[in-house]
Amino acid sequence: MHKSLIKAEFQVQRDDYKCIRCRVCERQCSFEVHSYDADADRMFEDEMKCVGCQRCVEYCPTRALTIQPHPSTIRPHGNWPYRAVKDICKQAETGGMLLSSTGDELGHRIYWDHLVLNASQVTNPSIDPLREPMELRTFIGRKPDQVDVRLVNGKPVLKTELPPQLTLETPMMFGAMSYGAISYNVCQSLARAATASGTMYNTGEGGLHRDFYQYGPNTIVQCASGRFGVHREYLNAGAAVEIKVGQGAKPGIGGHVPGEKVDKEISITRMIPVGTDALSPAPHHDIYSIEDLRQLIYALKEAVEYKKPVGVKIAAVHNAAAIASGIVRAGADFVTLDGLRGGTGAAPTRTRDSVGMPIELALAAVDQRLREEGIRNNASLIVAGGFRNSTDVVKAIALGADAVYIGTAALISLGCTVCQKCYTGKCPWGITTQDPYLTKRVNPEIGTQRLTNLLRAWSLEIKEILGGMGINAIESLRGNRLHLRAIGLNERELDVLGVMHAGE
Amino acid sequence: MDYVIIGNSAAGIGAVEGIRQVDQTGSIAIISDEPHHTYSRPLISYYLGGKVEQHNMYFRPKTFYRDYDVEPMLGNPVTVIDAAGHTVTVAGKKIKYGKLLVATGGSPFVPPIENLAGSDVFTFTKWDDAKALAKAAEKAERAVVIGGGLIGLKATEGLLNLGLNVTVVELADRVLSTILDEKASQIFGTHLKSLGVTLITGDTAAAVNRDGEGSVTGVTLKGGNTVEADVVVVAIGVVPNTVLADTAKVKKERGIIVDEHLMTSAKDIYAAGDCVETFDILRHIRRPQPIWPNAYEQGRTAGINMAGQPLAYKGSFGMNSIEVKGLPTITVGMYDAVGPEYEILAKSDAESLTYKKVIIHNDRLVGAVFVNDIDRAGIMTGLIKDQVNVKAFKHDLISDNFGYAVFPEALRKERLSS
Amino acid sequence: MATKAKTTKKRRRVQADEKVCIGCKLCEVACIVAHSKSKNIIRAFNEETPRALSRVLVEESKPLTFALQCRHCDDPPCAVACMTGALRKDPETGAVLHDREKCVGCWMCVMVCPYGGIQRDMREGKAASKCDLCLELDEPACVAACPNAALFVVEDED
Ligand SMILES: Cc1cc2nc3c(=O)[nH]c(=O)nc-3n(C[C@H](O)[C@H](O)[C@H](O)COP(=O)(O)OP(=O)(O)OC[C@H]3O[C@@H](n4cnc5c(N)ncnc54)[C@H](O)[C@@H]3O)c2cc1C
Repeated sequence: MHKSLIKAEFQVQRDDYKCIRCRVCERQCSFEVHSYDADADRMFEDEMKCVGCQRCVEYCPTRALTIQPHPSTIRPHGNWPYRAVKDICKQAETGGMLLSSTGDELGHRIYWDHLVLNASQVTNPSIDPLREPMELRTFIGRKPDQVDVRLVNGKPVLKTELPPQLTLETPMMFGAMSYGAISYNVCQSLARAATASGTMYNTGEGGLHRDFYQYGPNTIVQCASGRFGVHREYLNAGAAVEIKVGQGAKPGIGGHVPGEKVDKEISITRMIPVGTDALSPAPHHDIYSIEDLRQLIYALKEAVEYKKPVGVKIAAVHNAAAIASGIVRAGADFVTLDGLRGGTGAAPTRTRDSVGMPIELALAAVDQRLREEGIRNNASLIVAGGFRNSTDVVKAIALGADAVYIGTAALISLGCTVCQKCYTGKCPWGITTQDPYLTKRVNPEIGTQRLTNLLRAWSLEIKEILGGMGINAIESLRGNRLHLRAIGLNERELDVLGVMHAGE
Repeated sequence: MDYVIIGNSAAGIGAVEGIRQVDQTGSIAIISDEPHHTYSRPLISYYLGGKVEQHNMYFRPKTFYRDYDVEPMLGNPVTVIDAAGHTVTVAGKKIKYGKLLVATGGSPFVPPIENLAGSDVFTFTKWDDAKALAKAAEKAERAVVIGGGLIGLKATEGLLNLGLNVTVVELADRVLSTILDEKASQIFGTHLKSLGVTLITGDTAAAVNRDGEGSVTGVTLKGGNTVEADVVVVAIGVVPNTVLADTAKVKKERGIIVDEHLMTSAKDIYAAGDCVETFDILRHIRRPQPIWPNAYEQGRTAGINMAGQPLAYKGSFGMNSIEVKGLPTITVGMYDAVGPEYEILAKSDAESLTYKKVIIHNDRLVGAVFVNDIDRAGIMTGLIKDQVNVKAFKHDLISDNFGYAVFPEALRKERLSS
Repeated sequence: MATKAKTTKKRRRVQADEKVCIGCKLCEVACIVAHSKSKNIIRAFNEETPRALSRVLVEESKPLTFALQCRHCDDPPCAVACMTGALRKDPETGAVLHDREKCVGCWMCVMVCPYGGIQRDMREGKAASKCDLCLELDEPACVAACPNAALFVVEDED
């Protein structure tokens, strides 16, 4: 063996005066950084193993630990930051692809931070959401070209038969994260919180555990290229079906749940043998054209007897607008766009950081294209990919989205510190792991509460902002880009986003 | 009196507490020939050794009789029970009872030994014994304890704490032969010797030797040897004290015989504690099981029955926790069972003097021995008591960190749910 | 009839949910602090000798972990077996309390507790040591310290 040239990324500092040798850090660290030497009555740290998840810091009862980026550093260089050097060393040592998790780390422009919102002053007075009703209810599904309303006994009655719709009490849903990528307890927390909040969570491509059928009315079930756990009952268990074509964190790439994660429950749920790798192919092997996609959409609609919306999820790629148009024409009731910053349990690092585009641009382009083609009302637009707060959501809706999926933010509310080690299966916060010693770390009661709180808090903020704009229903904001102005963007960007610069 | 209780110790106090669970108003008298407020008999060796002071000898607070509305009559024995007339006689006075409890405990067994009568020779079952022995020990240097059973060794511990040289003479080939298996006995013997105790086994006292003034100089053993000593403690054993019960002509064998409601063969006369024999649920025989928890439990159950609420006493099994200056040891149930029908799992470590053994019969635990490592022994007692099937985890029974974590899930939940 | 003789059916105990017990043992740490002289975590561990004992034990057989302490039984076998009267069920609170002053460390309670919930305290003389439900606090220290709500107080009165 020769010496590894990879440096420790984090420094572990222990205040020996405060350390009480309770060994909680040792028990909490799933990467085995901490160890105790009984003869010396001392704790030791192996910094090389530290992923900076901060679990030990948070659990240390005396706050004796500090974990920070390692101060020892190479000479700063614009083209050769340590990250670049480290990646090269790692590949020189392993000869393999780099793997990581979570969304883009390179820091492509986050357009939300360059968009500002409007508010009412004097004319068109603002509304106080504490005093007046404020409507966040959102419907997902194909809307008819026109509606026929008749008066019956003096009361209006809708005569047009509406295509199936999902009703959301708030325009936010939990994004697709499969049972397998995340734990049973996390799935349960998401399902219960979605139910409590009157919205949806998405199964991802891992099928639906029997225990969670009870949350069906608040579930969007996915049908992905691996077709894991897809059967008639599954499709009918949810409130809607989503065909997953791509994922923002890794467009063009399939999925891979390693065999070690496939325990008995996951095996039953995914309908694969225990211990086998769950490989989702990069493409759907039966889809090579929009016509093929249409066949699948209608096969699924047949399976759910046209009672539930069927949508298609794609990653935000260069020609997303044209593809989305095809999807809508193929009969999808909703289109999901997943941007470059979207989360993942495991993705090749290079793909994660450099393939696809930020969701803001894709959303603007798709919404614009569908409008131009006069088919925007034929499908709802759901967007995903790194939503961090309620104003990201409001801006997305103003740009044209019907609803957003939140994924990483949901996991952060459960403890995730974005250490990007999901792919190891050792998540110290018990979220993206199937290790029964670790999964206990998410108490579904607490998880449900925290997720519910998060949605509630964001919803309150959205109402506050809407009120400030003088709007009393989220519907009135949808696609209303006049409420957005940009700061510090160039002409081309303004063009694509379809917004004016602040001051205009 | 609605209730008269004879004996002011574990069984007697248990009865008071049992009666008061059911009947808060009936009149109760508790009678003992010992003059003391209710005290803990097993503590007399600690008292002797100066480890427990007077005020901590009491089993219940000084306010107990008042709190429980009981009339204590202490210092005189009951001489006669008149079952037909429902009276007992104490200090020449007749007391009428509605229900009577005989909880007269055990008496020290004293074998015929020459020259026994006289000063410096003691039995060791009462507080006053300990007080007298402590006084005698003040000017003594050497003691001989005849009997290497529990009481003898507890007396030994007390005497060691007072700085005396102690010789233990035991007729069997090992100490504690009625509560420990051979291996544990051996370990215990080694431990005693390391404490400086001289251990003589396979022999017993034939005569007490005294000087011209009648003071003890030692004992002569059956085997012919003599042991020099200034005081002698006779602790051969304790037998059920049925002297008083005999006056009521209740049925007895080795101890007073009671039914499952702890009533004797005489109506309204109950008996409990060291004076009775009860069903051993492991050995399936009736026998005296003279230990504190059994006495208390029987007393309390008797009390509840006496107060009119039928409650069956299911029987019990032997168990002992004994420690003499370190070396905690616990034995439960059929610690000594041998035979092809018993499966025995054991492990020991000579250096640390630890030893663990379990005895399994039909996949059920029937006995256990723990020497030095006794933590969580009660889990085993519980398994024995409830005759739990231990097949699935029997090899974990003697592991170092034995606990509920090794139980099969369903059993663990069942046992921890209550 | 004086009230002290009344027996209680009240029962209070700390219960663990093994499904979400993460085995961190912060309950043990909190128990030690709560029973230390200083009540200060750093002093309790690093300065007080002998260190206080934990009365709660986290049992482990990975992945299974759960905390276990005295169940404060309705009819506690330890109190039946206790020959000194040091262990008693408190009629007011239903707690099974231990009087260290009276205890001589005969380990009869260790022998009979079916939960293995009584420890030996060998620090100054010998005595039993067990959960006292932190009656002087608003909430048992272990329950307050559990980071995952795996410990809670169960109370039933009947
Ligand atoms: C030194 C020693 C150590 C022991 N250690 C342990 C131990 O570690 N663990 C354990 O489980 N057990 C131990 N024991 C045994 C335990 O003490 C007995 O099992 C228990 O005391 C029995 O209680 P009891 O109420 O049945 O009778 P006792 O405690 O014997 O009480 C009977 C009472 O009745 C009185 N009495 C008798 N006849 C009359 C009468 N005619 N009139 C009035 N009063 C009368 C007696 O004087 C006595 O006070 C020990 C015993 C001794 C002596």
